[in-house]
Amino acid sequence: MGLAARRAAEAVPLLLFVSAIAFGLLQLVPGGPLEVYLSNPGVRPEDLERLRRALGLDRSIGEQYVSWLAAFVRGDWGFSFSDGRPVLDRIVERLPASIELLAASLVLALSAAIPAGIVAAVTRRSFVDRSISAVAAAGVSIPTFWLGLMLQLTFAIALGWLPSSGRGADGTGFARLQYLVMPAAVLAFGHAAAWSRYLRASLIEVLAAPFMAAARARGVGARACLTRHALPNALAPVAAVALLDAALLVPGAVVTESVFAWPGVGSLFTEALGRRDYTVLMAMLMVSSVAVVVFNLIADLIHAWIDPRVTS
Amino acid sequence: MKRSAFWLAAIAVAAIIAPLLAPYAPDVLDLANRRAAPSLAHWFGTDDLGRDTFSRALFGGRVSIAVGLLSALVAAVLGVAVGAVAGYVGGWTDTLLMRATDAVLSMPRLLLLMVAAATLQPTLPALVVLVGIVGWMETARVTRAAVRSLLSSEFVIAARAAGAGHLRIVGKHLLVNASGAIRVAAVLAVGRAILVESALSFFGVGVQPPAASWGSMLYQAQSAMSTEPWLALFPGVCIVATVATLTALSDAADQ
Repeated sequence: MGLAARRAAEAVPLLLFVSAIAFGLLQLVPGGPLEVYLSNPGVRPEDLERLRRALGLDRSIGEQYVSWLAAFVRGDWGFSFSDGRPVLDRIVERLPASIELLAASLVLALSAAIPAGIVAAVTRRSFVDRSISAVAAAGVSIPTFWLGLMLQLTFAIALGWLPSSGRGADGTGFARLQYLVMPAAVLAFGHAAAWSRYLRASLIEVLAAPFMAAARARGVGARACLTRHALPNALAPVAAVALLDAALLVPGAVVTESVFAWPGVGSLFTEALGRRDYTVLMAMLMVSSVAVVVFNLIADLIHAWIDPRVTS
Repeated sequence: MKRSAFWLAAIAVAAIIAPLLAPYAPDVLDLANRRAAPSLAHWFGTDDLGRDTFSRALFGGRVSIAVGLLSALVAAVLGVAVGAVAGYVGGWTDTLLMRATDAVLSMPRLLLLMVAAATLQPTLPALVVLVGIVGWMETARVTRAAVRSLLSSEFVIAARAAGAGHLRIVGKHLLVNASGAIRVAAVLAVGRAILVESALSFFGVGVQPPAASWGSMLYQAQSAMSTEPWLALFPGVCIVATVATLTALSDAADQ
């Protein structure tokens, strides 16, 4: 637990830094946060003044930052500029959809990456290995949002097999699964590609190790060699990298959710971006920074648990 | 190596001589030929204003590639500076700079960048700087590692014995010898910058009309996906082809 406490302490300056950047950016908005009202003939100057005082915009920037930060830590995240509801409520109500998507894509990425990595390592330099490599190489070159558009074109518009967007929360299990498939696959694709490459490299290294030759010499069968001896050793370093990578699922979800209109926190972010809803954007930046820190911490803890040597 | 270099050169030349290659002017409206599917007259089809998508993709490539290259240049300058100082000075400076690098790497950079672009509404040069600012960390790490490993080389000791100053040692000896690794990182950074710019433009906060990049073409294509799918197809293919050749080139240079 010492590790967890140390990591949490290290995260504080990072979060302060992100909050200062985000807060500073909002000061640079041309026309300020009340810009939308400036051109509205129905809003009188005295209304603007009242709004400015109500939102605390008449105080100095330093004061505003400190009071914002103090309130944020207490869980008072302010009210959305676009609909006046508490920001915390708006984010919390979107969480289940995002967690569902993240969990689905994590499962999907792992169940694609592990077999692909094993097959590529075992059949090294074969046609199968080269094909997996090619797909994996494509994974880092294809923009997530474009992959999403192409899947929509193919499976929703051309073939009509899957709904092009939304979550279908009212439907039955199978209907809901149809909505989940494409966004989860898009979010999983890049990660599955990278992870299969890590596993391939790691497994090739382990397969060449002396203890593998010893196992084979003792007459251990090919399958047992792979599952009992090679895989556990090959997976530990992969798990470490994969878990660190998993933190990237958070910003990835923003892109994927918007393309598929998946009603999670990610599309809340792009909606807020479009409406210049600054209180929501600020809170989202903080939440995603905290999420990345938490993901990294979990990665460290799991890695230390899988491979006790790392703690020493 | 040769193959990816050839394709990259082909893409770059196509972007440079776009005015000669483009069959139509990219901004000219042809209202009689709106939403035309790909044909011999319009290879990549036309959009809702009758503009030729192939010509627009050629000109969009100029913007995408220029933003990618220049942002990567900004990132390389920042990264080499941070990495060289950290590696050469060592000690507390090194610890501090590398901690800062790790910290920036674990920030939600794309989201910060989207908010920054939405609030600042940057011009093209400002966009280049913004994209460059989030892309220097990998180069900094690579440069630091290379500088540290060269620090105790005989030629560095000899240069120091000959009375060379710190700047001269870093500039003329360390960085020159580290340039191979730096170049690999920089080529990768170009691809990443192109992807970042395309994402920003796709969300409507990057390149603004009348200028167009591949990403902003996709932004416009999104609303017409079911009727004019070609608008979403071709700019994306251009991005993937460019980024994939850049990745292949840096992989090849790495070996």
